[in-house]
Amino acid sequence: MTQLILEQALNGLQFGLMLFLLAAGLTLVFGIMDCINLAHGSLYMVGAYFVAAAAQAADSFWIGLGAGVAGAAVLGLLLELSLFRQLYQRDHLSQVLATFALILIANEAVRMIWGPAPLMLNPPEALSGPVELPLFGDTFFYPAYRLVIIAFGLGVGGLLYLLVARSRVGMWVRAGAANREMTEALGINVRALFTAVFVFGAALCALAGGLLGPLLAVQVGMGESILILAFVVIIIGGIGSIRGALVGALIVGTVDTLGRALLPTLLRAALPADAASTLGPALASILIYLLMAAILFFKPQGLFPARA
Amino acid sequence: MADPLLDVRQLSRRFAAVDALKAVNFSVNAGEVHALIGPNGAGKTTFIHHVSGALQPDSGSVHLAGRDVTRLPMHARVRAGMARSYQITNVFPGLSALDNVALAVQGRADAGSSFRFWRPVRTETALFDEAAGHLEQVGLSTQKASLAGNLSHGEQRALELAMALATKPQLLLLDEPMAGTGPEESARMVELIEHLARHITILLVEHDMAAVFRLADRISVLVNGELVCTGTPEEVKSDAGVRRAYLGDHL
Amino acid sequence: MAFYQAASWQKPALITFGIALLAMPAVLTSFDQAFYIGFATRVLIFALAASSLNLVLGFGGMVSLGHAAFLGAGAYAAAICQQAGINEALIAFPAAMAAAGLLALLVGAISLRTRGVYFIMITLAFAQMAYYLFVSARAWGGDDGLPLNGRMQFAGIPMSDDQTLYFVAFSAFTAAMLLFGRLADARFGRTLQAIRENETRMAALGYPVFRYRLLAFVLGGAFAGLAGALLANLTGLASPNLLQWTQSGTLLVMVIIGGVGYLYGGVVGAVVLLLLEESLVGVTEHWHIILGLLLLAIVLFAPKGVAALFRKRHG
Ligand SMILES: Nc1ncnc2c1ncn2[C@@H]1O[C@H](COP(=O)(O)OP(=O)(O)OP(=O)(O)O)[C@@H](O)[C@H]1O
Ligand SMILES: [Mg+2]
Repeated sequence: MTQLILEQALNGLQFGLMLFLLAAGLTLVFGIMDCINLAHGSLYMVGAYFVAAAAQAADSFWIGLGAGVAGAAVLGLLLELSLFRQLYQRDHLSQVLATFALILIANEAVRMIWGPAPLMLNPPEALSGPVELPLFGDTFFYPAYRLVIIAFGLGVGGLLYLLVARSRVGMWVRAGAANREMTEALGINVRALFTAVFVFGAALCALAGGLLGPLLAVQVGMGESILILAFVVIIIGGIGSIRGALVGALIVGTVDTLGRALLPTLLRAALPADAASTLGPALASILIYLLMAAILFFKPQGLFPARA
Repeated sequence: MADPLLDVRQLSRRFAAVDALKAVNFSVNAGEVHALIGPNGAGKTTFIHHVSGALQPDSGSVHLAGRDVTRLPMHARVRAGMARSYQITNVFPGLSALDNVALAVQGRADAGSSFRFWRPVRTETALFDEAAGHLEQVGLSTQKASLAGNLSHGEQRALELAMALATKPQLLLLDEPMAGTGPEESARMVELIEHLARHITILLVEHDMAAVFRLADRISVLVNGELVCTGTPEEVKSDAGVRRAYLGDHL
Repeated sequence: MAFYQAASWQKPALITFGIALLAMPAVLTSFDQAFYIGFATRVLIFALAASSLNLVLGFGGMVSLGHAAFLGAGAYAAAICQQAGINEALIAFPAAMAAAGLLALLVGAISLRTRGVYFIMITLAFAQMAYYLFVSARAWGGDDGLPLNGRMQFAGIPMSDDQTLYFVAFSAFTAAMLLFGRLADARFGRTLQAIRENETRMAALGYPVFRYRLLAFVLGGAFAGLAGALLANLTGLASPNLLQWTQSGTLLVMVIIGGVGYLYGGVVGAVVLLLLEESLVGVTEHWHIILGLLLLAIVLFAPKGVAALFRKRHG
């Protein structure tokens, strides 16, 4: 049991960190530009495809990851310059329509280029086995690759957090999220700043997509379900707040993973068997949404509102 | 003495680094015109926002006719008898002047529920008749059909007032009704307020000192979020603190 | 904005249109094209669903990205009614509306406390929650959905015949549009539209803004539920796919291309989109890419917001 919990907690941490990579870019886009981007999940999907394709071509996961992330950044840049710049001043409805259109285009384009079947992305050879971890004097096996993802997530997440929370550029970004007009009035080029944030967000998407690729299938439509999870993260954390995105992502990642793994068992202990087996999966799958509703009820602005 | 109609006690509000209101005590007696004056940025509009319920205070209370309304949302305070006009004109520019006021009439509890789904409003003549009356009262009877957005600035100020009147308030909160109007329109507005004051209690925020001294029964002076003095126009004029802090150059 | 008002040509146009719709099944049958009656029914149902969203979005100004949840809830409610032995649409359809309306009440009560981007994301998230709920509900078929055991009956008349179902859908659609049309012009509709334009001002006039918004949201949800119950009868299945968020997006697209805030915007959008789909699907399996490019073009070439395109035309 302890083994299971520990394993699931690590899985939850890993998933949460990947969600953070997705939500970080998104929350800043929403916060600074008050712009809704439904196509963020498409960047994640396209990023994963780039990584998988590049990894196949180069026969190396790491080269694939680097190339895929770079490719997604370039795509992000093109999108920002050609489309999103025009969307910022528009109403939310236009933003929803345009980015919904982007999803349709992205999904169909991927299907046309790579076909409808999922793409295989193998983890690096050296990391494909489990590693032995000490556990209260005992030992415990955990996939090496997942550990690497956690390390990556912690590294990139920490760097990002420092960048936004401590650096000068980060200060501008936070200021932009809290009060855009004022930041502009102070002479910060919010437009260039935003291009940078958007491109950075696209790269993070591809990074998450590439890292998760070997665990989940790289396939059409993979971006949408995770996009909605990223939304839940942002809603919980508060729009425009990096700290909120981090906390929200960890909450959603662990609650979702642990809920799915443990809730059915827990319910079986408390309820009659058939009630537990109907209720368990249903409850586990909506747990984070219930959590979101509860948080919203008490804090309609999320846990860490960027605009006081 | 009878309880004041509006009684604000120890009202405080802080925005990030600014103490916008510092433990303000302020009351308006039934039947009077109480003017609130003070330099730009003193916190007058912020005060009105807190009285009307648009903002919530950090501490302190607002009582209307003896009832604690501090936690009531804005719409409930309107229903309790308090109406406001905005410093920055706030009307529905795409609607006719008459429609603007009819909307205000319709919002009143005694005008019937607005949860009505079938009868076209067009046929509710009582609504529009009353609205026309309010427009006439503020001198806009020739502009009924004009879009509010096409009215002159002064006419929009008058429309704003007609909308507030249409809610049939006991207490009228006027935030700089003369702001940005020409001398003629100003004079008309002063006359109008003087007329209204006969049966409505008014809290008037205004920079036009001539108007204030002509209309007000009492004047309070707000400086940097602090109420420095309250009294009759004569008392305020001669208050040394006020002269120093605010009126010094004007008188 | 001005308050919505029916154009003077609208009434005669609608009567003509209504007569054409009434005659359509007979005409299609006589030309041996009875196959299209099912398609026409589908268009009517989506016109109803999109119009219910238009009430929320166009008249209430609430950009809800979770409307499909109510469509799906209605479909499931109908199927569950049948499972419970209620095969009469006159009972099952109101039950579907009530179920969807109740779901809308819950979602609305929480999400209407927020605004803007937040509201969009939250409605989307709640719809997704409903989706997962139905997918994991094994008693209701889980992933596969809950099939109907044949179509229900309406006032004792079985709807198994395509024409009968068509006329039931037509009646539901007509009744809903009549209600929406009256409502837009009545006190409630005016209040709603004024709140859309300036909610603070309305609160300052004494209107309890939240309640009006919530009621509009619930009404929209209930009529989406009616559409869902009809759809379940048409396809013979209450499928979780109905609740998928792309379905919400599609309804939104219908309203936007038809004209936000125009009473018949949802109808026009449903007709255009479904016809487009029907004709493009035959040409290329990748028709989504064409649709996507078309939508992008609409956004980019209507710089004042999509609805402005239509505003201009109507003067
Ligand atoms: N929402 C807010 N957030 C932060 N500070 C605010 C906010 N609203 C007002 N302030 C500050 O509070 C102070 C009082 O502003 P207020 O608008 O109430 O002044 P006022 O007396 O109405 O001035 P004026 O005569 O120019 O209308 C100002 O320093 C203003 O900058
Ligand atoms: Mg002011």
